Amino acid sequence: MNPGGGIRLTLAGSLLVLSGLAQIQNQPDDGQWIMAPKNHASTRYSTLNQINTENVRNLKPAFEFSTGTIRGNEAAPLVVNNTMYIVTPFPNFLYALDLTKPGAPMKWVYQPNPSPSAQGVACCDTVNRGAAYDKGRIYYNTLDVQTVAVDANTGKEVWRTKLGDINMGESITMAPIVAKGKVLVGNSGGEFGVRGWLAGLDADTGKIAWRAYATGPDKDVLIGPNFKPFYQKDRGTDLGVKTWPSEAWKIGGAAAWSWISYDPDLDLFYYGTSNPGPWNPEQRPGDNKWACTIFARRPETGEAVWAYQMTPHDLHDYDGINENILLDLTIGGSLRKVLAHPDRNGFLYLIDRQTGEVVSAEKFGYVNTIESVDVKTGELKYNPTKESGFKTVRDACPAPPGLKDWTPSSFSPRTGLIYLPHNNMCYEAQGTQANYIAGTPFVGMKVRMYAGPGGNRGILSAWDPVKAKTVWSINETFPVWSGTVVTAGDVVFYGTMDGWFKAVDARNGKSLWQFKVGSGIVGQPVTYKGPDGKQYVAILSGVGGWAGAAVSGGLNGVDGTGALGFLNATSDLGKYTTKGGMLYVFSLP
Amino acid sequence: MVFPWCIDREDTVRIRCTIFLACFLWASCQREKRDIEPSPARLAVFGDAARQSDLRPGGPVHPQHVVNNPYNSSGYDISEGQRLYNWYNCSGCHFDGGGGIGPPLIKTTWIYGGEPANIFDTIVKGRPNGMPSWGGRIPEYQIWQIVAYVRSMNGLQPTSATPTRPDTIETNPQNLQNRTTGETK
Ligand code: HEC
Repeated sequence: MNPGGGIRLTLAGSLLVLSGLAQIQNQPDDGQWIMAPKNHASTRYSTLNQINTENVRNLKPAFEFSTGTIRGNEAAPLVVNNTMYIVTPFPNFLYALDLTKPGAPMKWVYQPNPSPSAQGVACCDTVNRGAAYDKGRIYYNTLDVQTVAVDANTGKEVWRTKLGDINMGESITMAPIVAKGKVLVGNSGGEFGVRGWLAGLDADTGKIAWRAYATGPDKDVLIGPNFKPFYQKDRGTDLGVKTWPSEAWKIGGAAAWSWISYDPDLDLFYYGTSNPGPWNPEQRPGDNKWACTIFARRPETGEAVWAYQMTPHDLHDYDGINENILLDLTIGGSLRKVLAHPDRNGFLYLIDRQTGEVVSAEKFGYVNTIESVDVKTGELKYNPTKESGFKTVRDACPAPPGLKDWTPSSFSPRTGLIYLPHNNMCYEAQGTQANYIAGTPFVGMKVRMYAGPGGNRGILSAWDPVKAKTVWSINETFPVWSGTVVTAGDVVFYGTMDGWFKAVDARNGKSLWQFKVGSGIVGQPVTYKGPDGKQYVAILSGVGGWAGAAVSGGLNGVDGTGALGFLNATSDLGKYTTKGGMLYVFSLP
Repeated sequence: MVFPWCIDREDTVRIRCTIFLACFLWASCQREKRDIEPSPARLAVFGDAARQSDLRPGGPVHPQHVVNNPYNSSGYDISEGQRLYNWYNCSGCHFDGGGGIGPPLIKTTWIYGGEPANIFDTIVKGRPNGMPSWGGRIPEYQIWQIVAYVRSMNGLQPTSATPTRPDTIETNPQNLQNRTTGETK
């Protein structure tokens, strides 16, 4: 036990007693990291406390491993049974590293050989966000719309299932989770006019048990008699058809390309859908259901139990796909089972995860495109002066990646805070006529982004979900495009696109340690207990993703509209970092 | 030459074979004649004009074909090329030349070559890492117009034919002429 650890433990103990062990955020933790979001509640909180605010400054690299890829390395490494598993960007290799041996040598590599053509339908770099472990198998997705199950010991493929078609603009970049024997997987392609879906695959066989579309008639959306949206505005039949002009729902996006959480007590899983397509809103009058929506569904059948559309008739590419952290919080004197969802539209929603009622929705940064969210009606009020369309809109904030994109936040039951990695960018845009050609982009908007107020393009914020306000924040030069992890040692880890891996104090944001890695960080940090009993922290470096495409795609900043307009905001990235995927693992000496 | 499928067949087949053989022999006599140049399109796609390597075993070979873009020099073709570049969603992947899903098209170093024949070849055949193949989708003359526009982004078309005013909030091909180094601003 390290000096000072005792005090912290007592503090932890009393907090745990206060909050009660039954709360969903107090997840059992064996020191492994078995799915990208850490646990089904998606807290990304580790109870490990060997590394703490006092000694974190002594962290040293323990070993490194090259992923052999030059595109954005966005995945969370997994650690199961003293083996580390890493999924690379396209061509989606799966590496297994033996943590019991010095230097963690490679045990095996599994190569799924996805079609190289799939790289043409990846809107925002050919990334992959990681895998999930369950009962001796690793499950993950390939860019060319397949899910694979791999034997965790041998690296042999157990099954593979093709779920979609790159010629329809589909791809997969998300990390699946496994709930009640179903592998949950959703497609990407909101910029390619796909029809969004989320599927449940039988974990044993890979057979598609059900598929829930996010547009179209209720029967396709798996909306039945048990569907009870909380708000009037989300009620009605076949809204996935009626809220679109004629057949537009068939190419309306609403892909499920990001996080999924699961509450085993309620037996509901939660995820959000992407922007509707095309971006140009004048080509799709109506609410465009069920884009920009959070769904609660049953894992065994996929049946929808409630839905809440956060951003109807999306004007700014505010996908609703960000993580949903499941928390039991005392709000206004009563214990509420909520999900905390920091949306791209700039509001952090606390939603009753049993009913879909919005408990609170407050801005967590600078937003001028939306004025407010009414928790009574569930409706949001757009700022009419910032509406996009065929006309030109200027100084609209946040920009299309939102105030925060997919980069997952973490929650500490010790501090009660959510650690949000996010953006601070505004944009200008001009609508054009989007022409649907299957397998090519369906966007219809020329965009240029730039830094928001203050000039810093990124922020790490610590957010108090109960008081609905920021407690502390750190400005970063570039968008914070990495995930965060928080530990019982009260340390928050995150990385920056200019290549620093950082540790800050979870209570006050004080900078504690930083290490310069080889390439900018857009990955997800994890922490685990090694076979030697020591705590380790791991991160993939390797800049890329939408934010890092300027470097990973070798783009030319002369044209700010490149990379859907992100290039205008990041054309200087090449002065700070170069590309190349590398795993870094740190420990105390 | 042996044509085994001509032997021991029904009469109709035999007749067809005879006609085929007659044509074949006639064509053989014509083989050395080169009075008709292959079309630029054929050369771009199948000929050595779309060569992608500077490395030639045994030194240069003769004759070398030069493919001239038949829709090359007029401002009309270039602006049509720009319209088509947007219409066929080239802009969706390459934007106004800065790149995104696909590589930048404003640059000095081409993966598959920046000569008109190379770009024509790229568009018709597609390229393995995600460039769709447009052969059979876009009429040939339109492909040439797109080729002219793509090259104009790099200042590789006659200045007199290149528009000076941008059609969008961003592009200005003439200003880009000296900015093709891939340097970020
Ligand atoms: C779906 C996305 C997509 C669309 C649409 C698309 N491209 Fe591409 N393009 C790519 C990708 C990806 C590559 C890189 C291919 C490779 O490296 O193998 C590429 C490569 C190219 C190249 C070769 C660049 C070089 O350096 O040699 C050219 C030229 C090109 N595209 C032009 C076009 C034109 C013109 C159109 C429209 C007719 C178009 N592209 C439409 C994705 C696209």
